[in-house]
Amino acid sequence: MRQAVIDEQGLKTLVSQLASDISRRNRGVKNLVFVGIKRRGVPLANRLAKELSLNQKYRIPVGAIDITLYRDDLQLVAETPICGGSEIDFDINGRIIVLVDDLIYTGRTVRAALTELLDFGRPKSIQLAVLVDRGHRELPIEPNFVGRTIKTRHDDLVDIYLVEEDGTDGVFLTRR
Amino acid sequence: MKKPERVLLAGGRVVDPGNRRVRIWDVLIQDGRIAKVGKQLRATGAQRIDCRGKHIAPGFIDMHCHLREPGQEDAETIATGTKAALAGGFTKVCPMPNTDPPIDSEALVRFELARAKEAGFARVYPIGSCTKARAGKELAEIGSMKQAGAVAVSDDGSWVDDPQVMRRVLEYCKAFDLPVISHCELTGFPYGVANEGLVSTRLGLAAGPDVSESAAAARDILLAEFTHARLHIAHVSCAATVSLIRWAKARGVQVTAETCPHYFTLTDAALETFDTNFKVNPPLRTDKDRQAVIDGLADGTIDAIATDHAPHTKSAKEVEFDIAPAGFIGFETAFSLGYEQLVLAKKLSLADYVSRMTTAPARILGLPMPCLQPGADADLVILDLKARWTWTRDQVFSRSQNSPFFGRQLHGRVIGGFLGHKQFWFLHPA
Amino acid sequence: MKPRFKHLLGIELLTRSDIIGILDQTESFLEVLKRPIPVVPALRGKTIVNLFFEPSTRTALSFSLAASRLSAHCVNFSFPSSSVQKGETLLDTARNIEAMRVDGVVVRHSMPGAPHFLARRLKAFVVNAGDGCHEHPTQALLDAFTLRQHLGSLKGKRILFVGDIAHSRVARSNIICFSKLGARVAVCGPPTFLPTDIEKLGCEVFYRLDKILYEVDVVNMLRVQNERTDLSLFPSIREYRALYGLTRERLSKLDKSVLVIHPGPVNWGVEMDFEIAEFPQTLILNQVTNGVAVRMAVLYLLAGGHEET
Ligand SMILES: [Zn+2]
Ligand SMILES: [Zn+2]
Repeated sequence: MRQAVIDEQGLKTLVSQLASDISRRNRGVKNLVFVGIKRRGVPLANRLAKELSLNQKYRIPVGAIDITLYRDDLQLVAETPICGGSEIDFDINGRIIVLVDDLIYTGRTVRAALTELLDFGRPKSIQLAVLVDRGHRELPIEPNFVGRTIKTRHDDLVDIYLVEEDGTDGVFLTRR
Repeated sequence: MKKPERVLLAGGRVVDPGNRRVRIWDVLIQDGRIAKVGKQLRATGAQRIDCRGKHIAPGFIDMHCHLREPGQEDAETIATGTKAALAGGFTKVCPMPNTDPPIDSEALVRFELARAKEAGFARVYPIGSCTKARAGKELAEIGSMKQAGAVAVSDDGSWVDDPQVMRRVLEYCKAFDLPVISHCELTGFPYGVANEGLVSTRLGLAAGPDVSESAAAARDILLAEFTHARLHIAHVSCAATVSLIRWAKARGVQVTAETCPHYFTLTDAALETFDTNFKVNPPLRTDKDRQAVIDGLADGTIDAIATDHAPHTKSAKEVEFDIAPAGFIGFETAFSLGYEQLVLAKKLSLADYVSRMTTAPARILGLPMPCLQPGADADLVILDLKARWTWTRDQVFSRSQNSPFFGRQLHGRVIGGFLGHKQFWFLHPA
Repeated sequence: MKPRFKHLLGIELLTRSDIIGILDQTESFLEVLKRPIPVVPALRGKTIVNLFFEPSTRTALSFSLAASRLSAHCVNFSFPSSSVQKGETLLDTARNIEAMRVDGVVVRHSMPGAPHFLARRLKAFVVNAGDGCHEHPTQALLDAFTLRQHLGSLKGKRILFVGDIAHSRVARSNIICFSKLGARVAVCGPPTFLPTDIEKLGCEVFYRLDKILYEVDVVNMLRVQNERTDLSLFPSIREYRALYGLTRERLSKLDKSVLVIHPGPVNWGVEMDFEIAEFPQTLILNQVTNGVAVRMAVLYLLAGGHEET
């Protein structure tokens, strides 16, 4: 059974909310850099940066991180995942990084991203923003900014679509 | 093996290579000899073996094999080798003298014969070396070896490089009417582990060109013509050698030749996996050469089929391709491969095919003419030509298991036979 | 992506899309190499053994570096060439490796087929780091990668190999690799340096360098081993240089857009004059950097995932 949880308009609203939360909490956007986790964290990071850069002289740098090489399950998966490479072409030392992903679930992806980010330098701090939190954490990791929390069961499927990747915006929940 | 009084082989198809005929006849064997051949023989009190649907042929002769004794008994002995020979239908075999020490004297010829007699399997007709210690320098005691029972001379494994020595060997052998068997491979070319061509180029293997064989054969053919002596070319593997022999025979040179089942069955494409079981000398060549060898057999340019049975221990073969020894065992698959590639492929009739492994080598070596006629030794094999079978390691009689043919579907099978007084069965006659 | 191949034994066994897959993956690892800490944990806990039966410091170093940048343990074993001739080492070594339960083996050997021999006997994956005159697949991949960086694609490009094709595993792997990627390949050298039937691999054959040199997009020079003169393959270094060397004079006539590659180490003054180092399009050092990235991609694809328990 598949149902729409967030529609196109709802998703736009959530992104705006996230943007203003981030700005409020940081008292502006100076010194912020955004890093999206590949793949759908990257367009989200771009949208947030774009929204926050409106009416600002400061252009927020946006990077992309591919956590394939930092996964803790490389020995377990049947297929070697293709690694897309990370693109962080700015210095992260002393900056405040907002790490962006579309979904948080077990927390393992974020763990990998944190490890990888710290190999790029020593940021002042790292904050985490996600569009959807579906619970079931396996590591002590909590996002600073959440668009929407959705109650799910372990075997539910949460599909997040973004125009940039999928041609449409929306979040769907499939119960099995 | 038991000792029968009288045995009647009933209803089999008798292959007579001498007269190139196949007929449904009964064969009566008495005291190790063929007593009677004909339609529906009566033989009261005889052991009766139903041979309907089977073929009966004279026992095969392998004029080129390596039995490794003395010297490399961990790879093969005369006993294990002659038993494997029987399993392939060979009742007579001619071991090459490249043993350790090489068979270059009367005493060593007698040693081989004694060992063969003890074993009691296929009969052994030794080949002595051309030169002392196979060194290619001085004549071996060819006359005494002939007296002891040698049927030919050869330095197989090496070519007699010195033309003057080869000329002397050919001349000297005329006194004993012995054929000189030449392993044609020029010295001076780097030792090739593969045929020089596209495959060796792709695989980066050290290559031996076919001209190494044909140029050596050309020299020996011309020396045979010059000396009016008898030359036999071993293991013909390439098109150029076949043409040269055809040319020589037309000129009246006393030259004969043999090839081996692998040269009309396999090509160098088999080396792709670097499996050392495909390494052999001369190397497997191209499909064009394979076809030429078949044509040579079909038109009689190549007289005989021999196995070049070459056992090697597992540890000797379990090394890099470059340093693995060349050759593989061949007795137990020879008949089936030839039957598939020559008879089923309609290149030779069954009787002609059988003649390549019976009357042809007998004629070259001066052995009694194999035939199924009253008075002849009862050396014969019983074949099931309809059999489809797969050869596996647990069926091997040879002491070594280096063969490229395991797992291959084979056509036609030796099920047993007679060796004078003795019967041997590898499959139940029924 | 699950590689279709369990081992990397030769370019000949790869398809065009296998090759492109490896080259694409190499881009990511080139990026890793530019990071402040150029190490990723992808192969943590894996053990890779470098087995060198033939001395080659450069290739061994490149593989070790690739392994350690992926956080794998890398152990180097080198054997004296004399041990190969005895013919016991390889099987013994295979048994030992099996007992030590390593994940991957990188092997360099003077005899063709040695990596295939190991691959048949080991559960570990095997990478051919050069087997006799047969193949050197990672060299071909890194050369293809280097050329792709400069040309975008090899499709339709004319690539000339100059030198001892017959005794060069690099030539074999590169000819096959570049052809699979759509390049038009030609070889040039004295006939004694050209293996039988080379034209059947799909390359044009030239005996005179000046007839073809000025018409190609890429020149792949090959090393001439001085000891080859003993085999009467060519009369002297002097004559070889005059006929087939990339000399100062030839260089001055060469279009500045032509790319020059060489698997190294170069015999300066034999196959190439030293001035080539100043030629704008000599990619010899790019080749070295890319070598590590390509080998990371290969090790990652072969060692990552697909552990069948
Ligand atoms: Zn021979
Ligand atoms: Zn032989």
